[in-house]
Amino acid sequence: MNPVNYLYLAALLFTIGATGVLIRRNAIVVFMCVELMLNACNLALVAFSRMHGNLDGQIIAFFTMVVAAAEVVVGLAIIVSLFRSRHSASVDDASLMKL
Amino acid sequence: MSATAVHSLWTMAADPIEKIDAPKIEYGQLSPTLIVIGAAIIGVLLEAFVPRKSRYYAQVFLSVVSLAAAFAAVIALATRGYGTTKAGIVAMGAIAVDGPALFLQGTILLAGLLGVFTFAERRLDPVAHGNQVDSFAAQAASVPGSDSEKAAVKAGFTTTEVFPLLLFAIGGMLLFPAANDLLTLFIALEVFSLPLYLLCAVARRKRIMSQEAAVKYFLLGAFASAFTLFGIALLYGYAGSVSYATIAQVVDGSIENVTPALAGTMGNDALLLIGAAMLVMGLLFKVGAVPFHMWTPDVYQGAPTPVTGFMAAATKVAAFGALLRLLYVVLPGLSWDWRPVMWAVAIVTMLGGAIVAITQTDIKRLLAYSSIAHAGFILAGVIATSADGISSVLFYLGAYSFVTIGAFAVVTLVRDAGGEATHLSKWAGLGRRSPLVAAVFAVFLLAFAGIPLTSGFAGKFAVFKAAAEGGAGAIVVVGVISSAIAAFFYIRVIVLMFFSEPKPEGPTVAVPSPLTMTAIAFGVVVTLVLGVAPQYFLDLAGQAGVFVR
Repeated sequence: MNPVNYLYLAALLFTIGATGVLIRRNAIVVFMCVELMLNACNLALVAFSRMHGNLDGQIIAFFTMVVAAAEVVVGLAIIVSLFRSRHSASVDDASLMKL
Repeated sequence: MSATAVHSLWTMAADPIEKIDAPKIEYGQLSPTLIVIGAAIIGVLLEAFVPRKSRYYAQVFLSVVSLAAAFAAVIALATRGYGTTKAGIVAMGAIAVDGPALFLQGTILLAGLLGVFTFAERRLDPVAHGNQVDSFAAQAASVPGSDSEKAAVKAGFTTTEVFPLLLFAIGGMLLFPAANDLLTLFIALEVFSLPLYLLCAVARRKRIMSQEAAVKYFLLGAFASAFTLFGIALLYGYAGSVSYATIAQVVDGSIENVTPALAGTMGNDALLLIGAAMLVMGLLFKVGAVPFHMWTPDVYQGAPTPVTGFMAAATKVAAFGALLRLLYVVLPGLSWDWRPVMWAVAIVTMLGGAIVAITQTDIKRLLAYSSIAHAGFILAGVIATSADGISSVLFYLGAYSFVTIGAFAVVTLVRDAGGEATHLSKWAGLGRRSPLVAAVFAVFLLAFAGIPLTSGFAGKFAVFKAAAEGGAGAIVVVGVISSAIAAFFYIRVIVLMFFSEPKPEGPTVAVPSPLTMTAIAFGVVVTLVLGVAPQYFLDLAGQAGVFVR
C-alpha cells in the first residue's frame, strides 16, 4: 500500500484533533483531542520513516509517546486540581480573569 | 532427517551482531546543562529523603549552588573560545555549543538564579501559625479553603518542590537554544514547558485563579506543541533527516547523495512550507507573539508573581534563541518565504501589544501586554537576517530579562490584606508613601519604554538599527510608533505613583529579605549599566553572534 495514504490519514486525524480542541468545552476532552493530534504526528513520522528508509522517524515516535505520557501526568494533575476546587472541568467556566 | 535439520526449516541463524560504537559525548561542553539537570534530579531525591523542616534550606542551597556552578561553567567555556573559534556541534550532532548558545545560556542561568531568590522569599506574606511562608501553596493538592488546606497551613507545610521544578525548567531552557536537531528541539521544549505548567498552579493566594491560569497555559501549550511536532514530522518527511545541517542543505539544494525517496519528497514544497510554518508557529507561541499571544495575559496574571517574572524573562530568551537558530541555520534558503510573514507578525505584535496594554487596569496584565510588545521589537531584530540582527537580539534579550525579573519582584512587594495589590488604582500615590520602591519601579518602567540611559534604549536602538540596515525600514517606523504608544502607559503608571494622592486604605509595601532585594538591585544595576555603558556588552553580543552549522 502506498505510504502516502498514511500521511493523508495522519493529516485527517490531526485536523479532527485540532477541531476538537477548538470546539469542545470539557478540559479532559480537549486534552484527549491534543493527544489525538500527537498520535497523528506519530503516524506521519512513522510513514515518513518508511518512505525514507531510515529509522529517525520511528525513534522520534518513541520519544513522542514518552512526552505524551509525561504530558498526561502533568495535565491530569492540573485539570483534576481545577475540577476539585470548582466542581467543573468546563474551560468556559474558568473565566475569572476575563477583562 | 535429523532434529537440527528440521529445526533449520523454520529458524535461521542471525547475523553476528556488529560492534556498535559507543556515542562520543563531550561532557565538558555540555556541563552547564548536565549540572542543572543533575541538580534537579538530586532535588527530587531531597524531597523524598530530607526531613520536612530542613527541605527548604537544602533546596535553596542546592539550586543556588548548581546554578552558580553552571554559570561558572558557561563562563569557562566562553573564555576558552568555545563560543568563537572552538564552537562546534557535540553529542553526536544533537547540540550546538557556539556563541549564541553560550550567551543565552549565561543569560538564562543568571535569570534563573534571580528566579530562585524571588522563589525563596519568605518575609512578604504574614507569618502563618508561627511559620514564615513563601508565595507557594502549603499543599498544592488540597482544595483551596478546605480543611486539609487549613491543616497543611497549620502544620507549616510548604511546596518546596518548586525548586526542582524550576531547575528542570532551566535545564530544558539551556538545551532549547542549543538544540541542533528537531528531536532535541522538541524534547527541550517539553522539558521546560511541563514544569512551568505546574509552577503556575501552586500560588498561595488566589489559587483558583492560579489553577485557571495553569489549565489555560497547559491546554494551549500542549496544543501549540502538537503543531510544533507535526511541523517537525513534515520537515522530516521533506528532508529525510532531523539534523539542522542536513535540512538546510536539502532546502538550498546543495545536498549530495540524493536517495530516490529524498528526490521524491524534496521536490514537494508543500511539505517544506507547511512544516516550517507549523514549527515557527509553535515557537512564536512560546515567545508570545500576536496572534499566538492569547495565553500571555491570563497566565501572567494568574501565576504566582515570582513564577511570572522568571517565566516572562527566561522563556522568552530560550524561545527566541531557538527561533533564531531555526531561521538562520535551517531555513535561510527559505528567507524569501518567511521574511514577509515575520514582517506581518512583528508589526501586529508591536502594535497589538502596545495598544491593548493601554486599556489594562491590572499591573501584571499590563506587564504581560508590554512583554508582547517587546516580543515584537525583538522580532524586528530577527527579521534583519544579518550578523547584527543576531547580536542585537542577544543584547536585547539579556537587557530585557533582568528588567522583567526586577519589575515583577517589585510587584510582589506591594501588598494589602488579600495578598499582592495588583490593581492599578491601588498603586496611586505609592511614590509618596514608599519613594524608594516607586523610584525603582519607575526605573524599570522607563527601561521598558526605552528611555535613554536605560538598557531598554540601548537594546531597542541596536534592534532597530539592525532592522533598518537589513532593509526593514517600515518595521522600524512601526516600531518607533508603537514605542511611543507604549511609553504613554508606562509614563501613566509613573504619574499615578508620584503625582496622585495616596488612598487612606491603600496597600503597604512589605520589607523583603535580602533575597528579593538582591534580585531587584541586580535588575536596577544591569538596567543602568547597560544603559549608560552598553558598548562592552554590545561587543560581547557581537562576538557571540555567529551560529555554528
